[in-house]
Amino acid sequence: MIRLLPENPVAALSIKLGVGAVGMFVFALWIMPPLYNAFCEITGLNGKTGDRYEATSAEVDTSRTIKVQFVATNNEGMPWKFAPKVRTVEVHPGEQTRIDFEAFNPTDRKMIGQAIPSLVPFKASSYFHKTECFCFNQQHLAAGEGADLPMFFIVDRDLPQQIHTITLSYTLFDVTDRYGDGEDNVASVTQ
Amino acid sequence: MAHGPAKGITRWLYTTNHKDIGSMYLWFSFAMFFLGGIFALVIRAELFQPGLQIVEPNFFNQMTTMHGLIMVFGAVMPAFVGLANWMIPMMVGAPDMALPRMNNWSFWILPFAFLMLVSTLFMQGGAPNFGWTFYAPLSTTYAPPSVTFFIFAIHIMGASSIMGAINIIATILNMRAPGMTLMKMPLFVWTWLITAYLLIAVMPVLAGVVTMMLMDIHFGTSFFDAAGGGDPVLFQHVFWFFGHPEVYIMILPAFGIVSAIIPTFARKPLFGYSSMVYATASIAFLSFIVWAHHMFTVGMPIAGELFFMYATMLIAVPTGVKVFNWVATMFRGAMTFETPMLFAVAFVILFTIGGFSGLMLAIAPADFQYHDTYFVVAHFHYVLVPGAIFSITAAVYYWLPKWCGHMYNEAMGKAHFWLAFIGLNLTFFPMHFSGLAGMPRRIPDYHMMFADWNMLSSVGAFLFGGAQVLFLYIVVSTILKGKKATAEVWDNPEGLEWTVPSPAPYHTFSTPPEVK
Amino acid sequence: MLKRAHRLFAWLLAPAVLMISYQTLAEKAESLKFNMTEGVTPVSREIQSLHMEMFWWCVAIGVVVFGIMFYSMIMHRKSRGVKPANFHESTGLEILWTAIPLVILVIMAIPATKSLIELYDSEEADMTVLITGYQWRWEYDYVESDVSFFSNLSTPRDEINGYAPKNPNYLLEVDEPLVVPVGQKIRFLVTASDVIHSWWVPDLGVKRDAIPGFINDAWAVIEEPGIYRGQCAELCGKDHGFMPIVVEAKPQAEYEAWLEEKRAEAEALAALTEKTFTFDELYERGEKVYGQWCAACHQADGSGIPGTFPALHDGSKAVGPIEEHIDVVVNGVPGTAMQAFGEQLSEVDIAAVVTYERNAWGNNMGDQAQPIDIYNHKQGN
Repeated sequence: MIRLLPENPVAALSIKLGVGAVGMFVFALWIMPPLYNAFCEITGLNGKTGDRYEATSAEVDTSRTIKVQFVATNNEGMPWKFAPKVRTVEVHPGEQTRIDFEAFNPTDRKMIGQAIPSLVPFKASSYFHKTECFCFNQQHLAAGEGADLPMFFIVDRDLPQQIHTITLSYTLFDVTDRYGDGEDNVASVTQ
Repeated sequence: MAHGPAKGITRWLYTTNHKDIGSMYLWFSFAMFFLGGIFALVIRAELFQPGLQIVEPNFFNQMTTMHGLIMVFGAVMPAFVGLANWMIPMMVGAPDMALPRMNNWSFWILPFAFLMLVSTLFMQGGAPNFGWTFYAPLSTTYAPPSVTFFIFAIHIMGASSIMGAINIIATILNMRAPGMTLMKMPLFVWTWLITAYLLIAVMPVLAGVVTMMLMDIHFGTSFFDAAGGGDPVLFQHVFWFFGHPEVYIMILPAFGIVSAIIPTFARKPLFGYSSMVYATASIAFLSFIVWAHHMFTVGMPIAGELFFMYATMLIAVPTGVKVFNWVATMFRGAMTFETPMLFAVAFVILFTIGGFSGLMLAIAPADFQYHDTYFVVAHFHYVLVPGAIFSITAAVYYWLPKWCGHMYNEAMGKAHFWLAFIGLNLTFFPMHFSGLAGMPRRIPDYHMMFADWNMLSSVGAFLFGGAQVLFLYIVVSTILKGKKATAEVWDNPEGLEWTVPSPAPYHTFSTPPEVK
Repeated sequence: MLKRAHRLFAWLLAPAVLMISYQTLAEKAESLKFNMTEGVTPVSREIQSLHMEMFWWCVAIGVVVFGIMFYSMIMHRKSRGVKPANFHESTGLEILWTAIPLVILVIMAIPATKSLIELYDSEEADMTVLITGYQWRWEYDYVESDVSFFSNLSTPRDEINGYAPKNPNYLLEVDEPLVVPVGQKIRFLVTASDVIHSWWVPDLGVKRDAIPGFINDAWAVIEEPGIYRGQCAELCGKDHGFMPIVVEAKPQAEYEAWLEEKRAEAEALAALTEKTFTFDELYERGEKVYGQWCAACHQADGSGIPGTFPALHDGSKAVGPIEEHIDVVVNGVPGTAMQAFGEQLSEVDIAAVVTYERNAWGNNMGDQAQPIDIYNHKQGN
């Protein structure tokens, strides 16, 4: 049999403790971030919304109406005009709705934007489904170019009864430097 | 084989002797304590009156950051490691630490870490200015260029602490004299054993979080940058997963010190030894599941808030047990109040007051008003200054005669205690009021309604600072010209360290002692 | 002998000290704030009563524990000739003082839980305000009313630097307060554009972190009209201490009138874009805009902070081609602290500040920008 640890008890214990320390480092760097993301997805913590949703049933629950608000924020140094065309809509659960955001690049250079969604109340995150969204991709706008950015969403019919209002916020980031102005990069929002 | 120390500077550079290394740790910590104290006095001088008089807001932020980092990593932690180095081998009847060469190394990398950290003050863009909690993205995207040096300094400090912790565990588990069973160990050894495990568990997490920062800043990852799919709140979770056990790292050894001092001066055995051990272990365990109580306002689901609130409140139970045990130890003793006892009694009272404000802060709805105000500053200074600093001071007075063979001047020690005690309360008690009145922390200027409290705090801070200069004088004059101390020093104290002569010979327990 | 002298001295000194401190205290009592505000919302009141309840619990426990401790410190001294006892455990006692704190904790946890549930219930709000934190100002956006504006510290730099006496609202005053109606459930959505900030108004019992890229919500029903002041509570860089919050609560009718006025103001401002200004008008307006928006970093005399914020003198855009100068102000400089002000400032204000920077502090460029130039620049022309 091969001995993994030296016979000297001090050395053996020290190696075990050292391995433990390295293990905690690995835990912090490679396990905690994905664990946190998974936890966020389950609980809706921080209002991270999920990826593309494939509509399953088209049944609409007309017995109740949900108010959905849209707000847009530009992160620091992002000069685009960016705003929803409609700030509030009333929808029935199960019904697919389209909302357009306006974007305009007033600078004299080509830029890339990335919109990051966030939703309150957190409880509603897992009941808010996007079937199509500009936030799934980066947006490229040439100098002086504008665009209508569409998103389609469905509020789940299982949305808890006490929730009447959902607010979806988009923060637009300038990612030109990060991704350059090369090929179309498709960045997944949830790492 | 040489029995005395080598001569000259090489004695200190190459030493593997636990007493030499312990002394170096203690002196290093003392130096850092004064440096961090000077930073604190810059802060208090600026806050003496409303308006900006002395420093620019950006430099003020550098001062708060450096004060926190230096006090936590430079003053408190090395002081406890120094005490562990000196006392643990003597307390368990071992000839030295289990890994003497690593011991040398874990000390000697520390000065470099702090040299690097302090040098950032002279760099372009200044020192780190994002608070000792260095929340992203202020510490990543918006940080001064010196942040990279800060990160490496943290890495080195972490490595030093981890090596120190491994050494302490190895010593305690392998080097005890025959008959020194675990449940016979002095509480200082027990609390350090548990602290060392905490260090090994969380210092790598701190290293991990600064590594993520480093990668975000220089290698284009986005752990904490929402633009790339990251999350700044993740930083806070990882940081406090380290940070909460860290605050217990700074207090558990203090429990051990006080548990040694109170029985000596009450002339009565420690009450509830085994419940002390279990309480320490449960505090250490709970420290891993309460981290998000630092983040109640960050936006958590209500279930999370409730969980962290209940878990935090639960810490009051084992902490209460400890306080009750100390009081019961004093009860029906025959007490005298020499300087170490004065510091230990002040520790129990003031730490309990800090515990009360901690309990109030644990109440999540109320924390929405307390969070990030001076109430929090008052709370953690009440647990750290009387907690860590007073216990270290008590330990120095208690064991200094054993270390250097000379007795300190009792009248001067008492004067030091009263100056420090009054200074501390004058500094930190008014902070409860300014915080409740609505003063946020980390601001260089404030509205006039906070002026009176701040003026009191500033006066107290300078008094407290002056008291520490007296402390330095007392220590130096004791070493140079104090009266000879006996081997026992005190009135029939318990523990193996009192069975060797004072000063303790360079090598002790080369043959293991008999433990009954 | 010496001891007796000490005691005598203390007895003589104590009344004097007491009298002096009593007098100063009585004078101060009016102005001195030392406890948490009750505030003006149901939540803030509840938090305050919870706070007081906790406080009295702590006092009660303190009295018992410290009472026993001081009793034994006085009675059980060696100098009194007592013989130390030798007991060192008592299982019953130890169980008792584990159990009693547990019971007290449960008693504390019940109202805390109830308050927390209420604090989290932001459903069925009457109106919504989006609050965005910037370094170092707040933006308020009335989601249902299409009114939005920035709120800056309005305390003059001279008061901060001690060249002028401090006014009663020193550091707690802004140019544009957040105006809200009383009696309505107001939902605050909180986010940030750069680093983490925290929006805190003690009287409202609201503190919420503003996190870049993420959104949080809080709510308040303000019961009394009035002006309520708060501050940013999360370290957010250099001017963290200089981004106050002022909330003005008005009766519904007054609030609506204010809203109308605000809309009219916005239209008037838009109309100004068409107007041509004289150099002096621009320079004067620019000086104000500069003081509010630019001086925090570039300093009042344009000298900046070496290594962090560039000076606006030789070699800077302020003395280069005017097109580039406008572009820097409108679109910012990626990867630096220079923000894009195109969306934060009106055309008039940008034209004014550009004109000011090009002609102040010896930058005698002699040229000027008109609002229409800024408008054209923003449109990409």
